[in-house]
Amino acid sequence: MDQKEKLRLYHEMVLIRRLEERSADLYREGKIGGFLHLYIGQEAVGCGVISARRPQDRVITAYRDHGIAISCGMQPEAVMAELLGKDTGCSRGMGGSMHMADVDLNFWGGHAIVGAHLPLATGMAWADKHRGSDAATICFFGEGATNIGYFHEALNLSMVWKLPVLWVCENNEYAMGTAVERASAVDEIRRKADGYGMPNASVDGMQILEVHRAAKQALDHVRKHGPFLLEAITYRFMGHSMGDPERYRESDEIRKWRENDPIGIFRKHLQGIKGVGEKTLEREETRAEEQVEAAIRFAEESPDPTLDNLMSLIYAGEES
Amino acid sequence: MAIKTMREAISEALWEEMERDERVVILGEEVGLWGGTYAVTKGFYDHFGPERVRDTPIAEGVIVGAANGAAMAGLRPVAELMTINFAFLAMDQIVNHSAKLHAMFGGQMTLPVVIRAVGGGGRQLGSTHSQTPDVVFAHFPGLKVVSPGTPHDAKGLLKSAVRSIDPVMFIENATLYQMRGEVPEDEYLEPIGVSKVQRAGSDVTLISYAKMLQISLQAGERLAAEGIEAEVVDLRTLRPLDMEPALASFKRTNRAVIVEEGWCAYGVGAEVAARLYEEAFDYADAPIRRVAQREVPLPYNRDLEQQMLPGVEDVVEMVREVL
Repeated sequence: MDQKEKLRLYHEMVLIRRLEERSADLYREGKIGGFLHLYIGQEAVGCGVISARRPQDRVITAYRDHGIAISCGMQPEAVMAELLGKDTGCSRGMGGSMHMADVDLNFWGGHAIVGAHLPLATGMAWADKHRGSDAATICFFGEGATNIGYFHEALNLSMVWKLPVLWVCENNEYAMGTAVERASAVDEIRRKADGYGMPNASVDGMQILEVHRAAKQALDHVRKHGPFLLEAITYRFMGHSMGDPERYRESDEIRKWRENDPIGIFRKHLQGIKGVGEKTLEREETRAEEQVEAAIRFAEESPDPTLDNLMSLIYAGEES
Repeated sequence: MAIKTMREAISEALWEEMERDERVVILGEEVGLWGGTYAVTKGFYDHFGPERVRDTPIAEGVIVGAANGAAMAGLRPVAELMTINFAFLAMDQIVNHSAKLHAMFGGQMTLPVVIRAVGGGGRQLGSTHSQTPDVVFAHFPGLKVVSPGTPHDAKGLLKSAVRSIDPVMFIENATLYQMRGEVPEDEYLEPIGVSKVQRAGSDVTLISYAKMLQISLQAGERLAAEGIEAEVVDLRTLRPLDMEPALASFKRTNRAVIVEEGWCAYGVGAEVAARLYEEAFDYADAPIRRVAQREVPLPYNRDLEQQMLPGVEDVVEMVREVL
């Protein structure tokens, strides 16, 4: 990866982090409603994997989706406006935090029923293969989703039909407050793919460059041979959502993981590169902060959706 | 006009739409090599090939889920559920995804998927395989729910369903597959969301659909022999529900009986009666009545099962009560 791309990714990670930190403020102020699930700590996974995709590759994820949206190229304005429920949001204020999408960027959501988007990924990959397209579908999900029937139905069918799907398990150790070993008979999640004869690997999800490399290799396999499961070992620094009592883990554990901050790790790597000075990094950080503030202003000034908008969206309409 | 069975009419609709539009694909359990559990897709696998007629594992969640995903990505999937009772295994995909994603993402995605499912009782299959849960699906905005009562409508409505860019739950009735009726030779479509008067009459309005349309028509003949002329309105689509023909008829006859195969409680009859009362209360000369399945899990025993299902005699008796 060249230096320019590395700086672009650094900026992307910082943008996601700042956007989410400010989202948490807005949530506490009551400007964002519903549930808010932050990606803080996991940024290297989404940024690393998506930086390995080509434009024709589809991306679909679960409800912890702001970071994935940004990585797919969504503007912070569209994310922030959706969080504030505005008509200018990516989903026109109808979806909220958990339901962001931009199909023109090949980002297919933002799905909040745990496991339910895995069959959707299977179907999208089927359509692409059926048409002879060389697109792959990248499907992110948490390790908690690997205990639900959908995971097994979707992985099995993707393997039977040899579909171009990269299954990316973001193992952040906890399904809400339930630790892996309390909910899954297998704690090395990637082994579940073995049950379907599906090749798999795991990667340190805090190291963006390692994630990027692993995703690139996995996508090569997907395009040539069919499904692959990549497990990224990661950790969320914040609660499951904003209303998390955090009774299930020790603060020592969180502190240890925070020492492994994926942004800090990548920053250190960049500082070691000749030609990337502290000033360059600070400039990217400042730019991200300004973008977030501009996005908040845009969102706050945007109009709310109307009842007419909603009524017109119930059905897409008849085809002639 | 040719005389065809319901099965042939449904099969022809799918065949013609697959010939017309190469985006149309079929998936489900035993739809391919086997030729369809109810032989609706017999011959499709050989003609259209295994890529367009996809046999799946027994996994309803991913059958409907993959159909949803493929629809989002531009195909026109027709997912067959072997019986509507198995749709409960795919309920999340149907109600949380097929019906929701278009609106929830602000109109970015369309889900032109058809979910074909066979329902109905009366075949001694026990309580889990004999249900008529049509209203469950009709509860959800975003979904279209169609259930035809004649071969003519089955063909025309299914063709419209395949062409619809909205998700359609297309509910067939196993005991109607052998029923014969006139089907035009030429291409035609029947519109989704339009009810239809299937028998004209002036004394009482019978409102029904699917299998109960046939029961209502037979009751109409029986009543005619007694000099009572029943108008029979066929809803054909449960959502969006077109009340106009039923309302117009009720305003003339001032008496209505609603006939459905599913359970009475919270059913089609409840919905239709409420709408008649809301919009035409002053026209009622008698309480609106409902004929439906008894509130029991259907038993295996043949006679007992038949007693639990609404029949011609039940409709005739109820009409006598409102006259």
